[in-house]
Formats: sequence, structure tokens, C-alpha cells
Amino acid sequence: MTGEVVLRVSGLSARIGHQQVVEDVSFDVPAGEVTAILGRNGAGKTSTIKGILGLIGRSGIVELEGERIDTLATDRIVRRGVGYVPEDREVFASLTVAENLRLAERDASPRRELVAELFPELITRGAQRAGTLSGGQQQMLSLSRALLNDNRILLIDEPTKGLSPKLVAEVVAALEVVARVVPILLVEQNLNAARRLAARLVVIEDGRSVLSGPASEFFEDEERLIRMLGVHGSGVGGVGTA
Amino acid sequence: MSTVALLLITGLGLGALYFLVASGLSLIYGLMGVLNFAHGSFLTISAFLAWEVARRIGADSWGSLGLALLVGAVVGGIVAAGTELLLIRRLYERHIEQVLVTVGLALASVALFQGIWGTDPQYVTGPAWLAQTTDVLGARIPNNRFLLIAVAAAVLLTLLLFLRYTRFGLVIRAGVENRSMVTALGIDVRRAFTLVFTIGGAAAGIGGVLASHYFGYVSPEMGASLLIFAFIVTVIGGLGSLAGAALAAVFVAVIQQFANFYLGGTGDIMVVLLLAVVLLVRPRGLLGRRG
Ligand SMILES: Nc1ncnc2c1ncn2[C@@H]1O[C@H](COP(=O)(O)OP(=O)(O)O)[C@@H](O)[C@H]1O
Ligand SMILES: [Mg+2]
Repeated sequence: MTGEVVLRVSGLSARIGHQQVVEDVSFDVPAGEVTAILGRNGAGKTSTIKGILGLIGRSGIVELEGERIDTLATDRIVRRGVGYVPEDREVFASLTVAENLRLAERDASPRRELVAELFPELITRGAQRAGTLSGGQQQMLSLSRALLNDNRILLIDEPTKGLSPKLVAEVVAALEVVARVVPILLVEQNLNAARRLAARLVVIEDGRSVLSGPASEFFEDEERLIRMLGVHGSGVGGVGTA
Repeated sequence: MSTVALLLITGLGLGALYFLVASGLSLIYGLMGVLNFAHGSFLTISAFLAWEVARRIGADSWGSLGLALLVGAVVGGIVAAGTELLLIRRLYERHIEQVLVTVGLALASVALFQGIWGTDPQYVTGPAWLAQTTDVLGARIPNNRFLLIAVAAAVLLTLLLFLRYTRFGLVIRAGVENRSMVTALGIDVRRAFTLVFTIGGAAAGIGGVLASHYFGYVSPEMGASLLIFAFIVTVIGGLGSLAGAALAAVFVAVIQQFANFYLGGTGDIMVVLLLAVVLLVRPRGLLGRRG
């Protein structure tokens, strides 16, 4: 299954307003596995994801399964099969859970069973306003919106951010299931979660991709990785057994 | 008591007009961030064309009034859609330019209307019943007030049902909250933009026809003068909130009527004061979501 490249990013630069926040970032996301982007706060991880999606101004080449998508508008990129789970969930607070899901459905036969299986809570809470969900539930809703469709790749930005250890474990377990169906480009600051999920790592520093390679190589020298990311070994949070 | 009833029902009728203009303004701003100063022109052109049609087939029948309302809605919708597609869309996300374009359009269109129909008001007649009065609690209420209230209530109900139960309505509600996330779900919001302009234009067009019966005439400046109050209503109601616009429209118009009568014609000043109070105490408006 591995070998072929789903997403190729070459020389991507991105800006917010007039400020350059990503500069000449390049990496591949292979099929059939999870690639994690790591880097300090403010390094440009979110901006890289947003640049790929055209949510912020960008230049450079982005190819999805060999076809350029960097000239397309965001909605067309997504319809090509790029699912997006943003950093701060961005559920529609005033809409119900069911409406949030319905809005996200693009395919003729959306995968409602998968969502119901992974997050049964969302189905029972269908009539509840998404703004009244807990952080963990909002994360599940945000993930579900991307899972409903048959995507070529998912871009998931810090899905465990701000969650309790128990919820982190739940989300990681769900992502392990999801990763069997669709390749993922994941931004993840929780090293234990990244270790569990990622086959490859890309490290971004000051808006540039500095290193990339198999995850196992990085985790061989975890001290170095921790230094690179500016996190403390004890501060990265644990992932309980799921 | 009879004065109160008259002021109240007249206020509701005027509020109906404000709502028909403000509903479009509020949705357009809420979804696209566009302050549409050309909205009054949609109203005026609709009122003129509906009047032209009605007087040709005999303005005194209910059928011609119904047709006039239809013409008003269609003209308003088409002109608004055209404005969005030809002018606003090119300036996507460039808010200053958008404002300049809509202000320019508003000014130019008034001159155009004056060129076509002259600067004098064109007097409008309708079914005889509209010019008669009905006794309510001892007050003789001009019947056109009831028409205004009924039509605006029907428009409000239709819009609320549309927003709640259709896919486009879902896209619009979501877009008002977080437009970029709607695109990030693979949805082309520009289609919703055109639709919202069309709906807003149609509501304003209906408002134009009703306004011509409320005031008894159509004039080139009619839209612009209603637009000022509609903007105030939009801000007080909360940008992007339809129910807020309806509530604020009634509130503003009723206060205006009462202040004009009891406080020596200070209606407009009271409305501006009300706006100031709302902006100070609750800047997001009565039912607005974002701060
Ligand atoms: N809305 C914004 N306006 C201006 N600068 C921003 C904005 N969002 C992020 N930045 C800047 O862009 C850089 C990259 O941010 P981001 O991509 O969010 O980093 P990360 O996701 O790695 O924490 C940071 O220096 C940040 O300060
Ligand atoms: Mg980030």
C-alpha cells in the first residue's frame, strides 16, 4: 500500500496578510499511513495546512495524486477529496449536531454508519446545538464532518489539543481506525499520540520544513526531538491505553 | 386609547417596510460582510416598474396589486442578482471597494430614476379598500397598514422556513457564522451569496410596492430614505439575524411614531438615540451572535 504519494508539497510558501508565515516547505505524504507535522508553537504548522487548502494566500506546488491543486479555490480542493479538521474544531455553534453533519455531506452515500460506530454520542445528541457540546464532543463532530465523505486524504490539525488524557486516548483510538481507510496529514504536538499514529514525521521550524523521515528514526533519539520542538518530556501528555 | 392604537398599528406598518429592506441588508452583511448601500435602489426601481405595470392594467383591482407585488419581487431579485454577479463578486473580500461601488450605484441610480420618471413623485392608486379605514378601538386605521403587516409577516415566515428547512438555508446560516469553514467543507458559498442578494432584493422590491401604497406615491429618493432607517434596524437587530431585524424594525418604527406624536416630532432623533444606546449597551445588537 505504501510507496505511492497521495499529497506532494513542493516549495510551498504562505502568508497571512502581508506576513510570510510559511517559506519553501516541501514534503510528501505517502498513501496508507499517517504523516505527522511537528514543530514549536507558531512554527507554521497550521499555516502549512491552510496554505495547502488555499485558506490563506500561498504559492508553490501542491499535487494531489499527481494533479496540481494549488491553483484551485478551497471548496474545489476539498471536493477533490481533501477532508479538513481545523485546529479549533470550528463546528457551527448555532447549528445542531445533525445540521453540522448534514452540511458536511458531499457524497451521494455518506458514511453515516462509520460515524455512528466511532462516535455514537453524536447521533444521540443530534438535536443539540453544537455550541453546547464539550470540547471533546466538538472534536468528534469536527472529525466526523471529514469522515462522512470518501476522501483521498485528511488534514487534521491538533486533534488532541486541550483534551483530557482520557479523551486524548479516545481520539487517538478513533484516528487509528480512520488511518486504516484514508491517509492522514496530522499536526500533533502530543509526542505520545504522534508516536502511536505516525509512520513519518515532518518537522517545521520558523516556517520552513527542516527535517522529514520515518517516525522511528526520530523517536530513536527522543531527547533531540524534544529539544527541537521546545517541549518538555514530561509536558507532552500521556496517551492511556485505549 | 384610539391614538395609541393608531400609532401602534401605523408603527407596525412602517416597521413592516423597514423589515422588508433590513432583512436583505442583514443577511447580506451577515454572510458576505458587504454593506449594500444600493439596496434602496433595488426598492425604488421595483416600485417604479410595478407602478408602470399596475397602471397599465388598471391599478384599482386586487389582481393588479397582486401582479405589482410579483413584479416588484422579480425586478428586485433580478437587479440585486445582477449587481452581485457583475459588481460585488469581482470585489470579493475588498470591503472598502464594495462600499464605494454600492454607494456609487445608489447615487447614479437616483439620477437615472429622475431622468426617466422626473423629480416629482408619481401618485399611486390601488384597490379602493386600501384607501379606506377600519375602526380599531375607536381609531380609524388606514387599511394599507394591514396589508403591509400581513405581507411582511408572510415574507418573514417564508424566509424563516427557508433558512431552517432547505440546504441553501443551512449553508446561509452556517456561512453567517463562519464562512471560511463552509468553503473548507467543499461548499461553493458564492452561490449562496448570489441567492442571498436575490432574496434580499426581492424582499426590498416587495417593500417598494408596499411603500408606494403607504406613502401614496413613488419617488426617485424613496429607497434611499428608507435605507437609512433599515440600516439602523439592521444594526439594532444584530447583523445577520433575521428575527433580530424583524424585532428591531417593529421597535424602531413604533418608537418613531410615538415620539413624533407625543414628543413633538422627535421620532428620528429618538431612533438615533436608541441606536446609540444599543451600540453602547449591546454592540452586537438584540439577537446578533458575534461581538
Ligand atoms: N491571524 C494571524 N495574523 C497574523 N499572524 C498570524 C496569524 N495566525 C498566525 N500568525 C503567525 O503565523 C505564524 C505561524 O502560525 P501557525 O501556522 O498558526 O503556527 P503553528 O500552527 O505551528 O502553531 C506565527 O508566527 C503566528 O504568529
Ligand atoms: Mg497551529
